[in-house]
Amino acid sequence: MELITTVFIAKAIIVGVVFAITLGVAAYSTYFERKIAAFMQDRIGPDRAGPFGILQPLADAVKMFMKEDFIPANSNKWLFIAGPCLSMLTALMTSAVVPFGDSVTIGGATFDLQGIDVNIGILWVFGIVSLGVYGIMIGGWASNNKFALLGAIRAASQNISYELAMGMAIITILMITGSLSTKEIVEVQQNGHWNIFYQPLGFIIFIICAFAECNRTPFDLPECETELIGGYHTEYSSMKLGFYLFAEYINMFISGAVMATLYFGGYDYPGVDFVTQQFGSNVASFVGVGALIGKSLGFVFVFMWVRWTIPRFRYDQLMNLGWTGLIPLAMYNVVVTGFGILVGKPFMVSIAGLVLLIAALFVYDQLLVKKKIA
Amino acid sequence: MKLSNKTKVLEQGEMTLAERMYLPAIVGGMATTLKHFFSKPVTIRYPEQTRYLGPVYRGQHILKRDEAGAERCTACGLCAVACPAEAISMVAEERKAGEETLYREEKYAKVYEINMLRCIFCGLCEEACPKEAIFLQHDKMVPVFHQRDEVIWGKDKLVEKMDHRYLRDGWK
Repeated sequence: MELITTVFIAKAIIVGVVFAITLGVAAYSTYFERKIAAFMQDRIGPDRAGPFGILQPLADAVKMFMKEDFIPANSNKWLFIAGPCLSMLTALMTSAVVPFGDSVTIGGATFDLQGIDVNIGILWVFGIVSLGVYGIMIGGWASNNKFALLGAIRAASQNISYELAMGMAIITILMITGSLSTKEIVEVQQNGHWNIFYQPLGFIIFIICAFAECNRTPFDLPECETELIGGYHTEYSSMKLGFYLFAEYINMFISGAVMATLYFGGYDYPGVDFVTQQFGSNVASFVGVGALIGKSLGFVFVFMWVRWTIPRFRYDQLMNLGWTGLIPLAMYNVVVTGFGILVGKPFMVSIAGLVLLIAALFVYDQLLVKKKIA
Repeated sequence: MKLSNKTKVLEQGEMTLAERMYLPAIVGGMATTLKHFFSKPVTIRYPEQTRYLGPVYRGQHILKRDEAGAERCTACGLCAVACPAEAISMVAEERKAGEETLYREEKYAKVYEINMLRCIFCGLCEEACPKEAIFLQHDKMVPVFHQRDEVIWGKDKLVEKMDHRYLRDGWK
């Protein structure tokens, strides 16, 4: 009984801290999104609320809460309210299986710095991310607005299309690790054996799919202003709209954390052994937490960087890229990885596979594609 | 018909392999944005920072005095006639004996008012003035007003202060 209580309290603390970090990062992502956009356009960005504008998220939250909370007369009221709630819920649930750090020993008891270490870890992430489309779909449907519905349909078809390529990209990780548990995936990558070196092609496919799954530019067609006014959240106002936008930022941070877990060694960082010897394993674990969050924030920056660089894809281009581009590439990657495991030299084979792919594309291009008129 | 050899005919054939892969172009674009990320912003934080607007900027009006400190305006009314917005009005008065140090000419403006809501800062009053009495300052703007009674500016606000004289670039 004693043990159960301790474990429960420890888990409650971890869950609370992860929750707080996620929400805090998401809140400040809105600020940094605007700052980064401003810097990339040679501007300054928000700088009025507090020094350098760091109180801007608070001001935005106050604004969001003070606005009129409008529900359209002919909408389905309960589904209209359920939409943003579902979006927020699914966005937050994903972080449960991300291993934020190695175990910590306090008073003889050892705690894993992870919400739950389920043995289907990465499948859990996929399941929840797939559920995330319900938030958008329900919101778009309940609005009783054709633009909102079109946005929701786009979101649904886009998410389903890109989940396939994403799943195919992850199969190679599972082949290397031999486990679905996120904890084990990270442990296999310790001491610099990061999956990015063995799976460069898989990572490129995964990050492109992550952009599509988060509905971020260049794949933000569900909220394409030029065609759909605001997309699925056209009818939303006040904090309901705030929840939709907030869920997007949470998704960005979590997908950054998942990418760090799958491809960049999770909480691994150069010099773990040195820190462990000098300061003990607890300190090393907490530095690892910092490393993981740092990697996730790096990915968040990449997300924003891409957003302020690339224009939006057209819808047929999006579907073309997903179905005829990424899925065959992911299949090829599975074959190459399987061959690498069979031969026993995964690193050499993955590089050779990449070179072979580019060479094959080049030959195909030379032989079969019509040239520009010189 | 071909008018010059400057025209460039754009051939849009099939995209090359690199173009169809998108990624090289995306990396190039991201390099451009990153370069701008570290370059200096061009923003001027206006109320705190101002920039020099040039020697001919038309800002707040001023009624000049001459070197001895006498008002130059003789209330001829040409500025009011020239004003397209009809913002200027004045009441003339004859100079009394002993007031020579205050007013340069024998007739002067007892009341001189500019309605700042009407004024369009075109500078035609400055062009019209034969006595070089009214100017639009190049370095000072009319401050924001919040009340109706702040809108009409009289001589108390318009006449030049001798301890803070207005000098335009190029004047002696």
